[in-house]
Amino acid sequence: MGKYSIFSLARNALSHHQNWPSAWRSPEPNKEYDALIIGGGGHGLATAYYLAKDHGMSNIAVLEKDWIGGGNTGRNTTIVRSNYLWDESAHLYEKSMKLWEGLSQDLNYNVMFSQRGVYNLGHNLQDMRDISRRVNANRLNGIDGYIVNAQEIKAAIPEINIDQGCRYPILGASFQPRGGVARHDAVAWAFARAADMRGVDIIQNCEVTAIRQEDGAVTGVETTRGLINAKKVGVVVAGHCSVLAEMAGFRMPIESHPLQALVSEPIKPVINTVIMSNAVHGYISQSDKGDLVIGAGIDSYTGYGQRGSFSGIEHTVAAIMELFPIFKRVRMNRQWGGIVDTTPDACPIIGNTPVRGLYFNCGWGTGGFKATPGSGWVFAQNLARGEPHELNKAFALDRFVDGSLIDEHGAAGVAH
Amino acid sequence: MLLIECPWCGQRDESEFSYAGEAHIARPLETEKLSDAQWAHYLFMRKNPKGLHREQWLHAAGCRRYFNAERDTVSYRITGTYRIGETGPAGGGK
Repeated sequence: MGKYSIFSLARNALSHHQNWPSAWRSPEPNKEYDALIIGGGGHGLATAYYLAKDHGMSNIAVLEKDWIGGGNTGRNTTIVRSNYLWDESAHLYEKSMKLWEGLSQDLNYNVMFSQRGVYNLGHNLQDMRDISRRVNANRLNGIDGYIVNAQEIKAAIPEINIDQGCRYPILGASFQPRGGVARHDAVAWAFARAADMRGVDIIQNCEVTAIRQEDGAVTGVETTRGLINAKKVGVVVAGHCSVLAEMAGFRMPIESHPLQALVSEPIKPVINTVIMSNAVHGYISQSDKGDLVIGAGIDSYTGYGQRGSFSGIEHTVAAIMELFPIFKRVRMNRQWGGIVDTTPDACPIIGNTPVRGLYFNCGWGTGGFKATPGSGWVFAQNLARGEPHELNKAFALDRFVDGSLIDEHGAAGVAH
Repeated sequence: MLLIECPWCGQRDESEFSYAGEAHIARPLETEKLSDAQWAHYLFMRKNPKGLHREQWLHAAGCRRYFNAERDTVSYRITGTYRIGETGPAGGGK
């Protein structure tokens, strides 16, 4: 497959870029693997990559029911930040941020990680108190961030509306300079290619239909492409984790909701950062192509249809209009939805399950993209050693039984 | 936009309603005898099915009464609504 470099670029230019090899193989599944990852999104592929790289496990396969990165990985608004309130989540997301910072070099693939900063706006006194508390908590955890007032926001983002007479005036914001965006498809492709180069089999169009177990331990999975045996199975399927849990015979504290996003027609550069607002519920950035990338809130009802409600679009567009009246006549190009797996405390569930050898990494809800490398990194160790890493210990499924929830609802600055 | 049939008011627009989660979760009796796991099951664990789902809605901007609905969570089609205490459609929803 070869390393991507300026030399491979030059070499392939000679043949008019017609002879680039596939970025990963499409092998037939073996009868047995040392470990299986169910779900070929960013988190699943990252898990496979770090299993192969850090834990010497290369006889593993990633099973994807559709195509690589066709689920939530390719459906989010690509925001990366680590300014979470509580220690547990701050450490986990900050680990991810550190991996993001070296990811393109590590994977030999440009994931277009751009640390253009993230603003989380405050619109009332309580918002500003929460922002102050969160920024201070972040700084104690070694995470960058500071508080800016409305004038400073206006100086950085001239198009924003800081008129104090509107319904939800902007009073200030938290700013994380190291936050930013990455190219979501590239992240999936980069992890897929890097994992494949280390011997991981990536099996697409292979849906798991049953999870086999004996004496309380997992023995393999039945799929649309036959039975595949493995003593270790990691489930990283986001919106469908309740479906997989039911196959394994237990329930998850999860409800799946549609979450939608939309992009505008491409326009000239106008926003060079990321702006999120919890109170009016919208977030916006501009892609390198020029589209405004706009995110909405989840629909209140549960759903597995990958589309959102019309009222959701209306709310979001109204919020964006209030922040940026200048976008009044920008037309929206596309709109789509993903299925997010929300937990009662808005934190993920990473770790062991009631079935031996079966591990779940799910519940990332509306904010999983930013955690892609960190999630895979801790889950790989959990899977390899059978016990959680220090960073994901607090995110065990058991926390719903013993009551040690990590209440990030609202505290995280925005509903992601 | 969903059109939802309130069992008291008739068919109304989705924006008049708010969603209130899985239906038919009975609060356990003799709660002092429950184990932590049983509590967790009652409080947090959800069926979250892909397919027909029995769920609660509140007609928030209408009669302000709760009712149950059976809805397909993939197509979002509502197959029936019924008052609290009634058995509802025989659609086999979870």
